[in-house]
Amino acid sequence: MSEWRALQGQLSGAGYVASDDLAMALHLALVLGRPLLLEGAAGVGKTEVARTLAAIRDTRLIRLQCYEGLDAGHAIYEWNYQRQLLAIRAAAESGETGADVEARIFSERFLLARPLLEAIRQPVAPVLLIDEIDRADEEFEAYLLEILSDYQISIPELGTITATTRPMVILTSNATRDLSDALRRRCIYTYVDYPDRATELAILARRHPGLDARLIGQIVGFVQMLRKEELEKVPGVAESLDFAAALAGLGVNDLTADPVALQAALVTLLKTQRDRAAVPTEVAQRLAGKAA
Amino acid sequence: MKLAGQATRFPVRGTGPAERMAGFAAHLRGNGLKVGVEQTGAALQAMETISITDPYEVQLALKALCTTSKAEFGQFDELFAAYWLNRGREKAGQAKATHDQRQRSSSIEQQDGTAGGGRADQTDPDGDGAAEQDGTGRMTGSRIRNLMRVDMREFVTSADMAEAEATAERLARALRDRRSRRHKADTRGARLDLRRIIRASLATGGEPIRLYHRKRPDRPVRLVAILDVSGSMAIYARVFLAFLKGLMGADQTTDAFLFHTRLVRITEALRDPDALRAVNRLSLLAQGFGGGTRIGANLAHFNRAYAKRLVSGRSVVMILSDGFDTDPAAQIGDELARLKQRGCRVIWLNPLKGWQGYAPVAAGMAAALPHLDLFAAANTLDSLAALEPELKRL
Repeated sequence: MSEWRALQGQLSGAGYVASDDLAMALHLALVLGRPLLLEGAAGVGKTEVARTLAAIRDTRLIRLQCYEGLDAGHAIYEWNYQRQLLAIRAAAESGETGADVEARIFSERFLLARPLLEAIRQPVAPVLLIDEIDRADEEFEAYLLEILSDYQISIPELGTITATTRPMVILTSNATRDLSDALRRRCIYTYVDYPDRATELAILARRHPGLDARLIGQIVGFVQMLRKEELEKVPGVAESLDFAAALAGLGVNDLTADPVALQAALVTLLKTQRDRAAVPTEVAQRLAGKAA
Repeated sequence: MKLAGQATRFPVRGTGPAERMAGFAAHLRGNGLKVGVEQTGAALQAMETISITDPYEVQLALKALCTTSKAEFGQFDELFAAYWLNRGREKAGQAKATHDQRQRSSSIEQQDGTAGGGRADQTDPDGDGAAEQDGTGRMTGSRIRNLMRVDMREFVTSADMAEAEATAERLARALRDRRSRRHKADTRGARLDLRRIIRASLATGGEPIRLYHRKRPDRPVRLVAILDVSGSMAIYARVFLAFLKGLMGADQTTDAFLFHTRLVRITEALRDPDALRAVNRLSLLAQGFGGGTRIGANLAHFNRAYAKRLVSGRSVVMILSDGFDTDPAAQIGDELARLKQRGCRVIWLNPLKGWQGYAPVAAGMAAALPHLDLFAAANTLDSLAALEPELKRL
């Protein structure tokens, strides 16, 4: 069996059902030592890939959540200013020389490692998840590019820190803005789509082993049809897992049996007022009837 | 299309795997994918870790390596089959699947390249030809002074267009400059830059005497312009396109769309450095459609396809339309309400509003009014220039 199939099997064993596209992309990212860029709608399991990979490699997951205005101080390193101030005060009383003080307060002890610096200083290669990179500013993207190509960070007061191990880097994007071509070129790319019926069945069966196979079939049919309706926020895999959990919690064994319970469980799938209004009881029942 | 000239190179010609891989890379490049030497090298390296005899595995691997966007990702399987599986089918299919944007601009280039400027004039019978003489004749003598007050229906010459564009550019630039100044003043000193303070305090014996501040980066407003080019607006279409072009020139993040019965993104075409050529092309594009105006349906399309990516709380959506809609009026209201939920400001510029005695009685316009942050006239350059203080207020 080829390596990437084995990887797919491992992922599945850890509870993540990966498509062939994704498994191959992940395999290549690992063997070529390149970052993996995952794009796709919200809730299709992009972040989960990193978590599962960390689990099967038995290593740390270091996560950097991107947001607008994310800067080097939050992503790479920062000095611990409070401690530095205290150290300077203490030094003044003990009569330490200026040069000594400077050497001391700009040493590792006073350095706060943020995710990117932490990721390259691990003894065992960790999984570095850079989540929702599209939310960060373009300037940050450029900086990230530099780190991802050299795996070293220079701190003016300390010198250059070179990676002890190369982290396995996974970037995710919801495509809220276009990423730069330079970043895309550096990465292995894969687009994670909503799963097809068979994949989603497998995901649900793996995550909710207690559920009846017939009910799982109904749930998947229902969610897949719901995705074709005109909704503002199309439910992803995370939502259908919640939906299944909600139905299990409500003690529903058949989608068509209890319209009230079904409608109640829909809160896990439909996340805006407008979508709720678009799927009243009759529509939900019609879809459930077709799915059954 | 130009692409038709590039035939598929069948792998039979290549001999070793490296050569065939290079051929495939060329095939991908010919179809608009950005595949460099780096990718080709990585592909060869990757082949060693998979079973190279299984076409499916090779396809998956190359797909992960050579694609960089969703569009390319979707297009890849067909390209792969065309090259490796000798289907010989590539160019026609790929053109449709590539980025709409790139394709559109290249097809327009093509028209321009083969037919030159003459063709643009031909398809615009009521434009440059007779009307030009007519128009300049009327405005001779007082043109420079009057241009600002002349209804833009009368704008026909390239000089008029250039004037409209310049007005737009001034408007957009003024907006942007004002934005950045205000931002600086507001946020100054909001956060202390501890890193610099500590470093500077070493010189003063550890006492932080000089304080350094940090300000948040400027976040300019993003402008999205949607232009109606339906029959009733046709007389304004050319000059508004020049206006949009001016808006785009001032800021790289501005986006522009035009609609008729369909919505088309024209951002790329408008970035053409030659203003007149861009306007001529787009006039062609605009005339290519037919039928009535479907404002509601087009706004719905915009909301579904683009709003998520382009419109945020710092966006201003500018709609240039007369509000005559053949769709049910309620749809405009609904779609605008949905658009507003993204937190943007909506400006509606209506050329008719500048006319005496105009009241927004068209059902579509009436439905839109409650959702607008600004409803203004746009029939003369003066009225457009007068927008500046209004936009500042938003």
